[in-house]
Order: sequence, then C-alpha cells, then structure tokens
Amino acid sequence: MRLGRVVGTVVATRKSARLDGAKLLLVEAMTAGGVPSGPVTLAVDAAQAGVGDTVLLLLEGRAAGAALGRRAAPVDAAVVGIVDAIETGS
Amino acid sequence: MQLARIVGTVVATRKDDNLRGLKLLLVQPLAPDGRPSGRSLVGVDAVGAGVGETVFFVRGREASFPFLPRQVPTDATVVGSVDHWSAGAAGGRAPGEKQA
Amino acid sequence: MILARIVGTVVATQKDARLVSSKLLVAQPIDARGREHGHHLVAVDTVDAGFGETVLIVAGSSARMAAALQDTPVDAAVVGIVDTIELQES
Repeated sequence: MRLGRVVGTVVATRKSARLDGAKLLLVEAMTAGGVPSGPVTLAVDAAQAGVGDTVLLLLEGRAAGAALGRRAAPVDAAVVGIVDAIETGS
Repeated sequence: MQLARIVGTVVATRKDDNLRGLKLLLVQPLAPDGRPSGRSLVGVDAVGAGVGETVFFVRGREASFPFLPRQVPTDATVVGSVDHWSAGAAGGRAPGEKQA
Repeated sequence: MILARIVGTVVATQKDARLVSSKLLVAQPIDARGREHGHHLVAVDTVDAGFGETVLIVAGSSARMAAALQDTPVDAAVVGIVDTIELQES
C-alpha cells in the first residue's frame, strides 16, 4: 500500500457494469512527510474517504477488487483506509 | 485507474481472435487539472467511448475483466465515461468537462 | 497496449520449453505519430507480424491471455497488426 491524499472526485454514470455503485477518488501519492511523490491515481473508495483525507492506497488489482467486494472487477487501485496519524523515526 | 481523454482510434484487421469486434482507442492520460500527462497508449473500449470524450481506464490483468469469460488480451481498458470531476486540494477548479 | 514497430527477430535456441514454438520479435515502441520512444522490448508473436510492421503489444500478465500463450512465461505479446491510426489533432 501507499500513502496518498485525496485530491478530487470523479462522477461517471456510464461505466462497466462491474463498477456499478463504486465511488471514485483521485488520489495523489505522497511520502510519509506529506510531500507529493508520484502520479495521481483514480481509485475506488472502500473507506468512505473524502477530499483532503490522507489515505491508504492499494495499488494491486486483485486486492482492489476484493476491497470493492466484487470478483473480477476491472479496478487496479482502491482506497482502503483513512490515516489518522503517521509516526516516523527522526 | 487513470483519467484520460480519447484522442484517436486504431484499426487492426489482423489481430488476436479475442480482440475481434472490439474498438481500439488511443488514450491520453490526464492530470487532475485536465492537462495531458505521460504517453498515450492503446486501450480497448468497454463502454462505447468516442474521440474527444473524457474517460477513465484500468491497467493490468484487470483490464480483461469486463469481457469475461472471453479471454481478451488487453492490459488497458476504458471502463468508464466521465460526466464531471473536481480536483485540487485548494478547491474550486472548474469541472473537467468544461476544460478544452 | 502500446504501439510499436517491429525492428527485428530474436533467435534463442536454449529457452524455456514452453517457448520453443514461439517466434520472438524485437519491437521499438512508438507514439501515435510514429515517433520512437523508450527501449526495445522482446515480444512473442501471435499474429504473424513481420519486419517493419506497426503492431499492438499487450504487456504484463494480460499477455498470457493471447492465443496459445496460456501458462507460457511471457510478459509481452504482439496481438494485432495496425492498419491505420486516426489521431485527433490538438
């Protein structure tokens, strides 16, 4: 998993039937220090996250489909948790 | 998954049998502000998307899932057509569909 | 999938037994305007592609979904020969 920040939302009425009901979030990967560190990913929301939240971003298809609670869902990323705090050594 | 804009189409007569009848799209990934981000790629259409449309696509093995049980050899598939999106931690950017 | 141009073939006598009947092609990735980018890659041919042709290459585990490549140790397969590309000029 990676750390990320939710930077937006996407609304898509017409989508694969296997994605029905999925909420879509734009998530920017970041370091533990909160610095943006990679591309912005579109992920399904499995944690009721919102814009501005720091989240756990899962970047693997099978696990993301499991997070969505659906087999064979065409997804490769999911938000699976909202981060309350990050502690780093030094 | 990633936001993208459909910038073209690809025609291939000779192809894997399991790609037959499927539309091949040139997909340009977008940053959340609507600007192109990274290289374009070829994706298979699963939602009836057309040139100029804003969409999102999935990469990897999961790209073949919309077509199961047919074993379609694709690593990128357009799985949604975007109505609108909002982005920016600062807030207040216009919906993506309004951006050219 | 990516667009690529076939620039060569690979002959490898000693290889995984499941690759024995496979034709291996050297492909140069190109963009929609035909400009080269990135590094050469070696892909298994499933559509009888030839030198100089523009092709579609599927990468990763999806490559094994190509015809006759189930259970084959490949990560890139040529699955189509491109007739035309239409690009919306912007």
